[in-house]
Amino acid sequence: MSNQNRTIYGGKVNREKPINFVFNGKSYIGYQGDTLASALLANDVHLIGRSFKYHRARGILTAGSEEPNAIVQLGLGARTEPNIRATEVELYEGLEASSQNCWPSVNFDIGAMNNFLSRIFPAGFYYKTFKWPPSMWLFYEHFIRKAAGLGQSPTAKNPDRYEQKFYYTDITIVGGGISGLLAALGAGRSGCKVLLIDENPELGGYLLDYNFSINEKDGKKWLKKIIEELNGLANVTILKRTTAMGYYDYNYLTALEKVTNHHAEFSSTLPRERYWRIRSKKVILAQGAFERPLVFADNDRPGIMMASAGQKYLSRYGVLPGKSVVLFTNNDHAYLTAFEFVEKGAKVTVVDTRDLLNARISEKCKSLNITVFKSYSVIKTYGDKKVNRIEIQQVDKNQNKLTGEVENIHTDCVLMSGGWNPAVQLFSQSRGKLKYDLKINTFVPDKIIENQKIIGSNNGQFNLQENLNESFEAGIAAANELNFNSVEKVNWTGKEEIEFTHSDIEPYMLGKKKVTKGSKHFIDFQNDVTAADIFLAQREGYISVEHTKRYTTTGMGTDQGKTSNVNALALMSHIHNKPVDEIGHTTFRPPYAPQTIGAIAGRSVDKLFDPERKTSMHEWHVENKAVFEDVGQWKRPYYFPQNKEDIHQAVKRECLAVRNSLGILDASTLGKIDLQGPDAAKFLNMIYTNAWSKLEIGSCRYGLMCNEHGMIFDDGVTSRLGENHYHMTTTTGGAARVMSWLEEFLQTEWLDMKVFCTSVTEQWAVLSISGPNSREFLKDLTNIDLSKENFPFMKFREGEVCGVKARVFRISFTGELSYEVNVPARYGRYVWEKFMEHGKKYNITPYGTETMHVLRAEKGFIIVGQDTDGSVTPSDMNMDWIVSKKKEDFLGKRSFTRSDTVRHDRKKFVGLLVNDKKTILPEGSHIVEKALKQPPMKMLGHVTSSYYSPTLGYPIALAMLKDGFSKMGEQVVVPLMNGKIIEATVTDTIFYDKEGKRNNE
Amino acid sequence: MFIINCPYCGERDQTEFTCHGEAHIARPDNPSEISDEEWGRYLFFRENPKGTHFERWTHDHGCRRWFNVMRDTVTDQIIKTYKMGEAKPEISNE
Repeated sequence: MSNQNRTIYGGKVNREKPINFVFNGKSYIGYQGDTLASALLANDVHLIGRSFKYHRARGILTAGSEEPNAIVQLGLGARTEPNIRATEVELYEGLEASSQNCWPSVNFDIGAMNNFLSRIFPAGFYYKTFKWPPSMWLFYEHFIRKAAGLGQSPTAKNPDRYEQKFYYTDITIVGGGISGLLAALGAGRSGCKVLLIDENPELGGYLLDYNFSINEKDGKKWLKKIIEELNGLANVTILKRTTAMGYYDYNYLTALEKVTNHHAEFSSTLPRERYWRIRSKKVILAQGAFERPLVFADNDRPGIMMASAGQKYLSRYGVLPGKSVVLFTNNDHAYLTAFEFVEKGAKVTVVDTRDLLNARISEKCKSLNITVFKSYSVIKTYGDKKVNRIEIQQVDKNQNKLTGEVENIHTDCVLMSGGWNPAVQLFSQSRGKLKYDLKINTFVPDKIIENQKIIGSNNGQFNLQENLNESFEAGIAAANELNFNSVEKVNWTGKEEIEFTHSDIEPYMLGKKKVTKGSKHFIDFQNDVTAADIFLAQREGYISVEHTKRYTTTGMGTDQGKTSNVNALALMSHIHNKPVDEIGHTTFRPPYAPQTIGAIAGRSVDKLFDPERKTSMHEWHVENKAVFEDVGQWKRPYYFPQNKEDIHQAVKRECLAVRNSLGILDASTLGKIDLQGPDAAKFLNMIYTNAWSKLEIGSCRYGLMCNEHGMIFDDGVTSRLGENHYHMTTTTGGAARVMSWLEEFLQTEWLDMKVFCTSVTEQWAVLSISGPNSREFLKDLTNIDLSKENFPFMKFREGEVCGVKARVFRISFTGELSYEVNVPARYGRYVWEKFMEHGKKYNITPYGTETMHVLRAEKGFIIVGQDTDGSVTPSDMNMDWIVSKKKEDFLGKRSFTRSDTVRHDRKKFVGLLVNDKKTILPEGSHIVEKALKQPPMKMLGHVTSSYYSPTLGYPIALAMLKDGFSKMGEQVVVPLMNGKIIEATVTDTIFYDKEGKRNNE
Repeated sequence: MFIINCPYCGERDQTEFTCHGEAHIARPDNPSEISDEEWGRYLFFRENPKGTHFERWTHDHGCRRWFNVMRDTVTDQIIKTYKMGEAKPEISNE
C-alpha cells in the first residue's frame, strides 16, 4: 500500500503529480511538494538511520534544518552527498537516498551491539582507553577513524558547477517568516534596497503550518498578499532555498543558495549552488526559533518527534505520522497540534508537566475527547524500531520527584514540546551577547555589536500581535536610519487560537532527579550524548561548559546542537544548582549549517585555481617537448628530452653542450625592476650589502639583499642604464617580495628619497646564451661590438639583435662566457627562433632549470631559498666579499654584529665530495658527528644542493656545516634513510674553474 | 571582514589589503651606535594592546600605498586611517 499515512484531504502537496523515489533500494511514491522526510512518513517508513555511537534506530525528529537524526546519503556516484537532512530534501523524480552508519542494513545493523555494550562506552571512552601507550595511537587511530563518521564522501570528481556572487545592499533580512516578511515590507515600501534570505522553498515560516487570523479574517490569505506585494517591489530581492551561513565583521554575510539541487535533471546552464558574499549597511535577523526536545528515558525512538514537526507534516504535507498519538508538553501552544491531529482522525492523549491548565484549552480537550494527564511526565518508552508504548508517572512539583503508579499508554507516535529556543547562531557569530531569559527559559539576544536589529521569535518575542507591529516598524526604522523616507505604519490585529506561553525547562526534563539505569536520556541525538554523559563529565571535573562540550561531544555534530545545546546547559545548571546564566554557553561559529566545499571554491578550480604565468617563448618549449616545472606561478622548462632520454641523460647532454659549445636558456621569468630617480644610487646603497655609488653607466654588479635581521633574502644583478636609471633583477620566486620590500622602505622610512620602482618582469623576454661559442654565435646577429676589450664581463650594452632593439648584459650564472639578451617581450619567440636557426652550426642546445642548477652548483653560486633558508647571513655563506665595510649603514648591517650572528659555530656554506665518487646525496640529508644505529645522532648540518656533475664526472654537493670553514679537508658522515652511511670530504664550494677564467674570456 | 578607508582610494574590502603589524616604529638613525638591546627592541619588541592599536597596512590590490590604521582590537572598529608621515592620533578616553 502506498501513501498509507496520507490524510484524505489537506496539505499543500500536489496529489496530481506523483513522484517516484528510492530509499534503501526500495521504490516509493511521493507527491510534488513533499520533502524526502514527509514522503517517507507518508509511506510509513519511520526507521531512517542508525545513530553515531550506539547505532540505535533513529527516525525523523523535526521538519527542518535543525534535524539531528534523519540524515541520509543522497544521490549516487560523483554527485553523492553524505549527511543530508531528509527534512530539507525536496522530492524530485528519481531521487535515490539511503541510510547511513549501518551495516549490512538499517534493519539489521551489526553495530547496534554498541548499544548493549554502552556501559563500556561512556563519555570520554576514547580518551581514556586509547591514551596509553602514546606510541600506539597511530594504530588505534586507524580503527577509530573507520568507526567514526556517518556518510560516505564521493570518490569521483564532482561534475557540477558552483558560482559565487558578490552583493551590496542597504538591508539584508535573514528569515522569511512573519517577522522577516513584515520587516522587508516596511523597509521595501521605504524604497531602500532589501535582500530577504530564507532557507525554505516557500516563504511564511511557521505560520504556514498553523491557523491564525488577521483583522478577524483568514491569516493565510493575508500572508499571501504580503508576499505578493514583496514580489512586486523592484527594490526587494528574495532568495529562497538560501541559508545564511556566516556573519562576519562589518555586516559581511555569506549565504548558500541551492539553485538546482532539487531538480531531477542537473542543469547545463544553471549552477548547482551559488555562494553569496553579502555586504549590507544594516542586517535584520528574523530567523525564528527551534522547538526544544524534552529529555526522558529512550526519547530517541523512531516515532518520537517535535510537536511542531508533527504539525508541519500534517498541515503542510497531509501526512499523519501516527494514529494513536501522545502529546508530551510543558506549554499551551503545542495543544494546537493535538487539536489538529484529532481533527484529522487521530486519537490523542496529552501528558502535561504542569498542574494548571487554561480553562479554554481544558474545555476544548474535553469536547475533542482528548485525555489530559496533568502534572505527569513520560518516563520511559518502548518499541524496537518504532515507539509502541510509553510509561508515565505523576510529578510532585514541590518535592521535585515522581510519585504514584506508573501507567502505560500504547501509542505509535509521541509528539514532544519543551518550549522554544531562538536561533541565535548568527547573532552570536556577529559577537552579539546573549542572556538567559527566566520567563521562557532560554538564551535570548542581549547586546548587539554590529549595525543590526533582531526581531520576532529570534529575539525571544513569540506573541503574534506584538510581532506584527514591531517587525513592520523595525523595517521602517532601519530604512529611516539609512535616510530613507518614512512610510505609514499599519495596525494589524493578529490572533492565534492559543498564544505562546511560558515553558518550564526543569525538573521535568528528566522526570527524575537521577538518570534511570538501563535506558538512555538523549540530550544530543546526533552525537549520542545522554544525560548520564553530562553527569559523568561533571563528576570527572569537566565543569566548564567548553570542557563538557568537548568531553561529551554534545553540540559537536553536523547539526551543531541546534536541538540539544540549551537542554545540555539546563542539565548542567540542574546538577550544579546554579542559574543557567552562570553556566554560560559555548561559542557559535560559522557555518550555520553544513555546506559544500564546492560552493566555497566556486569557479576557482582546475585551470582557474591559480594563474599560470608563461613566457613569450612558452609555446616553442611546448612544441619542442620540454618537461615543465612550476616556479611560483611560472611554467619553466625543466629539461628538453630528446628521443627517449630520461632526465639524467638529458641534463648531462645539456650541461656538456654549455661547457663545450653553446646553450640557450629562457630566463624571462627573472624578476626585473626598473629604478629611476636622483636618489636611486643612495637607495641601492641602503638595500644591498655592497657599495653602488661608484658603479659606472653601462656596468653591472651582483648584489645581496638582507633583511634587518641580517639574513639573506634575495640576490640578483643590477645594472646602471643611465645617470639616475637602474635595472634590477631578482630571483624568479622573489620578484614580488623584493618589489614590496623596496616600496616599504620608500613609503614608510625614507619618504624624502626620490626613487620610482616599476616592475618590468613581463616587459622583457630574456634569452641567456652561454658557452665558449656564444661570442662567435652572437656576433653575426647584432650591431653591438662584442670584442673582449669593448664589451668585457659585467658590462651592459644596447643595440640591435636580429633587428630588434635589445639590452645585452654580459653576466654569467654558468661560469661560461655568457650574454643575457633582453628584447621586448613580444619579440621573444621571434628572436628565440632566429637564435635556434643560426645556432645550428654550434649545435645550440636549449636547456632547462635543472641544467642551470647543475652548472651553477659546479661554480658554487648560491640559490637563495635552496642553499639559504632565511636564517643565514652573507658571512655564513662565505660571502663577506660582498659586504661593504665602508658603508655606515644598510639594511641588516647592524645585525651582523649581534652576539648570535658572530657565533663561530654557526652553520657555514661548504662543498662536499663523497668518497665513493658515485653516491648522489639526497638534498636535505643530515650530516652527523657520528653515525649511530638509530636517532638521535648529534647533527652538524645538512645538504642543500646535490647533483651528478657531467663536467667533472662525479657527484658534487653543497651543504651547511657547523663551523664548516675550519673543517676543510675533514671527513664527515651522512646517514641515509636506507640505512647506508656515506662518507664525504669537506671542500670549498667552487668545483670547476676556480680561477673564474672562463666567464672572462 | 573589515571595510577599510584607504586614504588614497576610499572605502574598500579587507581582501584588497595586507596588514604589516605595529606602526610608528621608526628605524634608528644610527644603528651602528646603538646597543644590541636597543637594536633588539627595534627588531623584536611589539605592543599587543587590548584596545587601541596602531598598525601599518598596504592597499595591495589597489593603489599599492602604505598607510596607518588606528583600530580597536576588542571591537575591531577602525577608528581612523591616515597617511604615512602624519602624526600618531591621540587615544581618546571616551
